[in-house]
Amino acid sequence: MSETTTATPPAGSTTGAADEGGKGPGLLAGPLGRNLGLVVALLLLCVVGAVTAPGRFVDVDNVLTILRLAAVVGVVSVGMTFVIIGGGIDLSVGALVALSSVWATTLATQAMAEDFHWIVMVVTAVLVGAGAGLVNGIVIAYGKLVAFIATLAMLAAARGLAEIIANRRTQIVQDRGFLEFFGGDVLGIPTLVIIFALVAAAGWVLLNRTTFGRRTFAVGGNAEAARLAGIRVQRHTVWLYVLSGVTCGIAAVMLMARTTTGSSTHGTQLELDAIGAVVIGGTLLVGGRGTIVGTVLGVLIFTTLGNVFTLNNLSSSAQAVARGVIIVLAVLLQQRLAAGGARPRKKARGAATPGSPAGALPGGSATPGGPAGARPGDSGGRPPT
Amino acid sequence: MSTSVASPSGGPSLPSTPLLEMRGIVKQFPGVRALDGVDLDVRAGEVHCLLGQNGAGKSTLIKVLAGAHQPDAGEIRWEGEPVTLGDPQVAMARGIATIYQELDLVAGLTVADNVFLGRERSRLGITRPAAANRAAGELLARLGHPEIRPTAEVGSLSAAAQQMVSMARALSQDVRLIVMDEPSAVLDGEEVDHLFQVVRELTAQGVAVVYISHRLEEIREVGDRITVLKDGRTVATGLPARETSTAEVITLMTGRTIEYVFPERREFPGRTAEPVLEVRDLSLLGRFSDVSFAVRPGEVLGLAGLVGSGRSEILETVYGARRATTGTVQVTGRRLRPGDVAAAVDAGVGLAPEERKSQGLLLGEPIYRNITLASLARFARGGYLSGGAEKQAAREQAEALDLRPVDVDREVRTLSGGNQQKVVLARWLLRDCTVLLLDEPTRGVDVGARSEIYALIRALADRGVAVVVVSSEIPEVLGLADHVLVVADGAVVARAPAGELDEHRVLDLVMEGAAATDGAAREGDVA
Repeated sequence: MSETTTATPPAGSTTGAADEGGKGPGLLAGPLGRNLGLVVALLLLCVVGAVTAPGRFVDVDNVLTILRLAAVVGVVSVGMTFVIIGGGIDLSVGALVALSSVWATTLATQAMAEDFHWIVMVVTAVLVGAGAGLVNGIVIAYGKLVAFIATLAMLAAARGLAEIIANRRTQIVQDRGFLEFFGGDVLGIPTLVIIFALVAAAGWVLLNRTTFGRRTFAVGGNAEAARLAGIRVQRHTVWLYVLSGVTCGIAAVMLMARTTTGSSTHGTQLELDAIGAVVIGGTLLVGGRGTIVGTVLGVLIFTTLGNVFTLNNLSSSAQAVARGVIIVLAVLLQQRLAAGGARPRKKARGAATPGSPAGALPGGSATPGGPAGARPGDSGGRPPT
Repeated sequence: MSTSVASPSGGPSLPSTPLLEMRGIVKQFPGVRALDGVDLDVRAGEVHCLLGQNGAGKSTLIKVLAGAHQPDAGEIRWEGEPVTLGDPQVAMARGIATIYQELDLVAGLTVADNVFLGRERSRLGITRPAAANRAAGELLARLGHPEIRPTAEVGSLSAAAQQMVSMARALSQDVRLIVMDEPSAVLDGEEVDHLFQVVRELTAQGVAVVYISHRLEEIREVGDRITVLKDGRTVATGLPARETSTAEVITLMTGRTIEYVFPERREFPGRTAEPVLEVRDLSLLGRFSDVSFAVRPGEVLGLAGLVGSGRSEILETVYGARRATTGTVQVTGRRLRPGDVAAAVDAGVGLAPEERKSQGLLLGEPIYRNITLASLARFARGGYLSGGAEKQAAREQAEALDLRPVDVDREVRTLSGGNQQKVVLARWLLRDCTVLLLDEPTRGVDVGARSEIYALIRALADRGVAVVVVSSEIPEVLGLADHVLVVADGAVVARAPAGELDEHRVLDLVMEGAAATDGAAREGDVA
């Protein structure tokens, strides 16, 4: 028995080495293995696309279409990643996008934009998102409401408010400058895609290179320990929802540019796509663990899937089924990993019986792991020693 | 009724083979060995009391017994036959029922539903509530609680009544052994008497009871034999409950199994300095009242007391983790806002909490992130962290504390208890705390690593840190501290330089305090 225990340190030291190797930008450091799995999944999807719809899939315009579609949900998913890592959930994102888009396209706002600059519309959208996020955060952190309930209420209320403001009408964006800026491209890359890339990069830096990001992991991983270490957990929680609201405001601007409208129906079910992308990106719904890179890959997988289905003339209903299956598979995998991390012993015992399939999962303490197959010594390989 | 049933089933008069025998039970959790060779034997018809401090391994042991945990080594015999209690159903089928401290009832269901949960009275899949209600009513009447209606919703019942429902659930099947985890904790005097009556009736019928409690006088009243656990080991077993002196039991629970070397006290430099931590008339309603003390730089203050005396709550209130009802806490002359941990940390206070894993650590995060958690701002410019400097600083602390392994990228969960404690200490060392509050600093720390922790605490004090240590091990407090406060039932009952106290004196004070207040509480209940 003692020998099986000593089998762990070597595994630990290899992870250390893997970490050293992957330093530099460190973009793929951390749960490298999981993200690699997602990259493989995305590549597979691309192969399927290229085989089933040759010519049409492998096409610069098509790739840009995928990216443009991914951009809006991607920006929201980045904010969502923070909220979920921090131990919360934000169901109101779709409604906040709608509210922000409507508020930013009212006659009054557009008139001000005309007098001054279209930036007024952008600022309005972002401020509305941030304000609603602030309300979410305060209700959750200080009112001690469960995040699910609080943001569900906001979902209903924000969309209702959007309908009231817009009087259920679609509001057309009049400002040419706005449409030209956001509808344009830089060196052939659509502005929307660039915004997504910038938001993702900023999110990555914020999560991995700042005190804010570190505290987010701490608050979501063990709120009590974070509190006793002097972190102002409630205040931090408020900021997380504000951040999510800000990303909703940005997404609203992008949607206004893409559709040239502001509407209370914008962003319907966006929360489901965002949460789905975050989850298949490997972020734990219980908080404390997750990556921006995973989220971006999750968004790309969803969007590419949709594109492949569309190119093959498959219905959006079939697409929805496929999405559901992917989410379930991803969460099943996640639970295996979480269980392996929390109870490595049980995992090791369980892995002894079924043999090889368990070895394919990076069980045990898999966080800074290398590719899944590269560490058989951790869970699958332990019992034989 | 009870006497007639008792003799045929072989009551206490026939102590042939024990009903239950546990030998050398070992249970290892990541980072800590919760059970390290526990022996226990329980005879049919006896009340076997299990004693030990928090963290001694009682909960783990009863979970092994209930089939909820699997031991890593050791043997369990049931009526002489080796058995494997693979899961709770197996244990229940053998007739082992456990009444947990946190009652495992479904609040939204009725009493009868709870009693027969998982074994519903039914015919062809249709439940028969009337039959269930009648049977549950009979069980409750047998327990002396006919006033609990079987149709009442469990969530609406008092804690004592809920406990009776748990008990009825245990009795609804063929039970041979009942484990009761601190059943008296939620009961008042009269209810406790009633519980004892139930226990006596059960044992008269040949049922064995494993009884866990911190109240020694109860054990004397209801118990037959005592087993004492400490640090995951059995330190004494089969002691007669009535004849063993209280002092002996407490010494077994709180004393040292091994002699430790405590670091030498030095004339601390700040003896004449102003106190850095001043606590005045601090009270927390229902927990403790009017606690005052002052700690100078370089001084170690020890709080001695039994579990439930309020010692941990005092520490947590000083830290702001609980909001004081009245009183003030001052650090270097500045008054702290009550109930504000962040303010305390900003003022230079650090806490190593009692429950290290749930309150102190991010188990899935690397060591360095745990160490720097409280001083992140130092490694950041405008919120942007400098990863290299952060890791370097963590590594320096890890080396200074002789953390093993020093690899700061490792997840904290893979470390032993002693090394996890070092990570918590390193966090506050890195922050250059002026006041360090340590709650049970050697809980769950391997015997060998304790001296290291002691040396570390002393070294901290020598650097000028004001340290407050809470421990349930009296020799630890006496060995470490310069001054000692003895806490009993929420009040400071004595204060003296550690040199003027010895273990027996402290024990007397602890017990006097406990006895006096306990008596008062009982009287209060009657009145």
